[in-house]
Amino acid sequence: MSEYILEMYNITKEFPGIKALDNVSFKVKRGEIHALCGENGAGKSTLMKILSGVYPYGTYSGEIFYNGEKLILHSIRDAERKGIAIIYQELALIKELSVKENIFMGNEPNKNGIVDFDQMYINAKKILQQFNLDIDPNTLVKNLGVGQQQLVEIAKALSKSASLLILDEPTSSLTEADVEILLKILKKLKENGVTCIYISHKLDEVMEIADTVTVIRDGKTIGTDSAKNLTKEKIISMMVGRELSQLYPREKHFIGEVFFEVKDFNVYDTKIQNRRIVKNVSFKLRKGEILGIAGLIGAGRTELVSSIFGSYPGKWTGDVYLEGKKIIIRNPSDALKYGIAMVPEDRKKEGLISLMSVKENMTISNLENYKKNLIGTINENRELLDVKDYIKKINIKTSHFSTQVKNLSGGNQQKVVLAKNLLSKPKILILDEPTRGIDVGAKYEIYKLMFSLAKEGISIIMISSELPEILGISDRIIVMHEGEKKGEFENKNVTQEMIMQCAIGGRSNND
Amino acid sequence: MIKSDKTEKDIIKRFSGLNLNIKLYTMVLALVAIWIIFSVATDGNFITPRNISNLLRQTTVTGILAIGMVFVIIAGQIDLSVGSLLGLTGGIAAILNVWYNLNGLVSIFVALIIGILLGLWNGWWVAYRNVPAFIVTLAGLLVFRGILIGISKGYTIAPLSTDFQFIGQAYLTPSSGYILGVVAVFLVIYLVLNSRKTKAKYNLELPPLWIDMLKIAILIFFIGLFIFILNLYIGVPLSVLILLILMLVFSYISSKTVFGRRVYAIGGNVEAAKLSGIDVKKITLILFALNGLLAAFAGVLLTSTLNAASVSAGQNAELDAIAASVIGGASLSGGVGTVFGAVIGALVMASIDNGMSMLNSPPFWQFVVKGMILLIAVWVDVISKNK
Repeated sequence: MSEYILEMYNITKEFPGIKALDNVSFKVKRGEIHALCGENGAGKSTLMKILSGVYPYGTYSGEIFYNGEKLILHSIRDAERKGIAIIYQELALIKELSVKENIFMGNEPNKNGIVDFDQMYINAKKILQQFNLDIDPNTLVKNLGVGQQQLVEIAKALSKSASLLILDEPTSSLTEADVEILLKILKKLKENGVTCIYISHKLDEVMEIADTVTVIRDGKTIGTDSAKNLTKEKIISMMVGRELSQLYPREKHFIGEVFFEVKDFNVYDTKIQNRRIVKNVSFKLRKGEILGIAGLIGAGRTELVSSIFGSYPGKWTGDVYLEGKKIIIRNPSDALKYGIAMVPEDRKKEGLISLMSVKENMTISNLENYKKNLIGTINENRELLDVKDYIKKINIKTSHFSTQVKNLSGGNQQKVVLAKNLLSKPKILILDEPTRGIDVGAKYEIYKLMFSLAKEGISIIMISSELPEILGISDRIIVMHEGEKKGEFENKNVTQEMIMQCAIGGRSNND
Repeated sequence: MIKSDKTEKDIIKRFSGLNLNIKLYTMVLALVAIWIIFSVATDGNFITPRNISNLLRQTTVTGILAIGMVFVIIAGQIDLSVGSLLGLTGGIAAILNVWYNLNGLVSIFVALIIGILLGLWNGWWVAYRNVPAFIVTLAGLLVFRGILIGISKGYTIAPLSTDFQFIGQAYLTPSSGYILGVVAVFLVIYLVLNSRKTKAKYNLELPPLWIDMLKIAILIFFIGLFIFILNLYIGVPLSVLILLILMLVFSYISSKTVFGRRVYAIGGNVEAAKLSGIDVKKITLILFALNGLLAAFAGVLLTSTLNAASVSAGQNAELDAIAASVIGGASLSGGVGTVFGAVIGALVMASIDNGMSMLNSPPFWQFVVKGMILLIAVWVDVISKNK
């Protein structure tokens, strides 16, 4: 057998108007963990979709050899039969079904067409135990955290005895702890002889587990090298095609007095009554300050800020003071009136209206300002001026303001959401995971923008699960653990370890 | 050289809106094709001024219902009750007019108010009680029809007073038709020029003058043709004029106002709309109320045209309205659709009814053909999206 389990030669794939892949070649050795890196839109996902049969044979040009044989796939099913399994960025589990049913979806153990649920339970248990996962196979998937769901997805792939496992951004929604578990599982899989293609923006993870790294950019292979010969900085420069002198463009800005205060916030679960997700959290915010909120997923950070913003669907209690006066925010519309804007965590689900244009998305929360008469006619000329202004100001790359926002890359979509919130001229901007799933170049621009906003006197509350980002951007950091505020740090000589310690439950302070 | 060609194309595309409405243009083409087929099959009888006038009058009820329905569909909802609502409001107007000798206009006014109230009823359950629109309006379909049967005691209510008959049966005189046409032409010219002026004031990119001129010329041609043909018969039917006015008003609301923009936003992504500070519940309530109002309009018009109200009036009309909206480009998953498209859809449906009865084909074929057209319209849309 050849040394390579997978060889892809001169793959070219075109979409109307765009060459997504241009003569890409990609080879993976048997039993290795091979990281595939590149900015969003570089063509990673397209390449993997070809490999997993989403784009069937004949819709692309080039050749693929799998185990030395020519690979011709007509469907995802074909790929699975050959032992190629893909785990997507977006989870593909059925939330209303149990873990065991999800794992064996499509190949249920059965007798004469009748599902053998007992057998299914036993098999599922076995697979889960194999990776020390303490999940009851009868649990409904919707009751699991995102991290556990991701692990179930991997279990599902393994139940199909995959020999080539493709993971597309598997950790983008995981906490540090879950990431650890996942990486451990991947190492174990490697020992069992499973080959892994690992797509990730998180270069720390890549450096930790990958044997080989391939970088693609603008649909072309930039290079493949053993991970030993590479550094994070090298990979980044290959990805973006330029040296990034600094990942976090820290800029000095003036920080004023406290002008916003949250007191004794309690947020209750939407389903289980009396279960508190956020417990007695209070914090202050100064003018022009960037406040980072760190913590693991499930710590209650999103629930806290969405309650402040008035968009949390469940019950909450607590007081909010703006410039010394108590304010009551019942819904997002109230919040916007007081000058509080929020960029939500899930861009696609909560931030964008994908069918609408860049222009319409940018002004949707601010239409009142463009009314020109009593029946509410929109002054489209004024609207357009503002839109063009912001497209230029924050460098949104779009062919036209009337382009549908779904056709933009992740980073540019995020900028549209940012522009939408900036158009409402906020005093306080809440950013929930502002750089999730966007490429290094766009991240850098968003950081730049955050600092220039802080300079203008806008206060920013940023939730982030990436510790380097928290440390690189924030002026002050609060850390949450299981709904409680566990620590507060002025960002001087703080280390990732200190914050992590706090996020997993140990209390500490540096002031 | 090649490059400048391309940019010119881009300009034309961008400013004419050609690239946006491919769906709608295919629909208009399909309509023209249907008309040609019927014209040939009926030896030209289909496109006589008399039949065109009839065809347009047949379009009014479904057309008005479709205007309201497309709004509801754009917002990602559905309203199955409009057929019954049409029947009930038409029935109430007739009862007031015939049994209680109430003035025609007052009867109509009361019916319209009741249409709004019943729409608010639907909307309140959907928006503030979180019952799915399908269920709320299915209940409405049964309840409103039941009330109609109850209050009319199963009788057909006729004949109406002359002032009531007027709105469904009257025609503009040829000369007033032309006057109206001239006013419309001046309005079009004023609007286009005014838009150029304000755009220039804001220093925004202007479309080339010839494109605007071409637009004006095309519009003048169609306004002239429309009035000319209808004047060859009796004149512009008042009911058709009402449909056109409603179409223009609601087109304007959907594309030019804050309210319209928000409706599209809610249908496109309700979560994002909420987080953008939009009061989704209030807008949903208003939408159903508007739909109730339009259904009442249609009810009054139908009653007036038939000079009678019956318990079966408007049965299945909600399905015609939904089909018309979808044929005209609306998507049941929300966020997509146009008022103009919905009216074109209604015209397609009416053309099939009208043409096939001229051909003396058995009525069952009309159902089969309309059903197939709906299916194919959506299928064409699906494959064009997958490309």
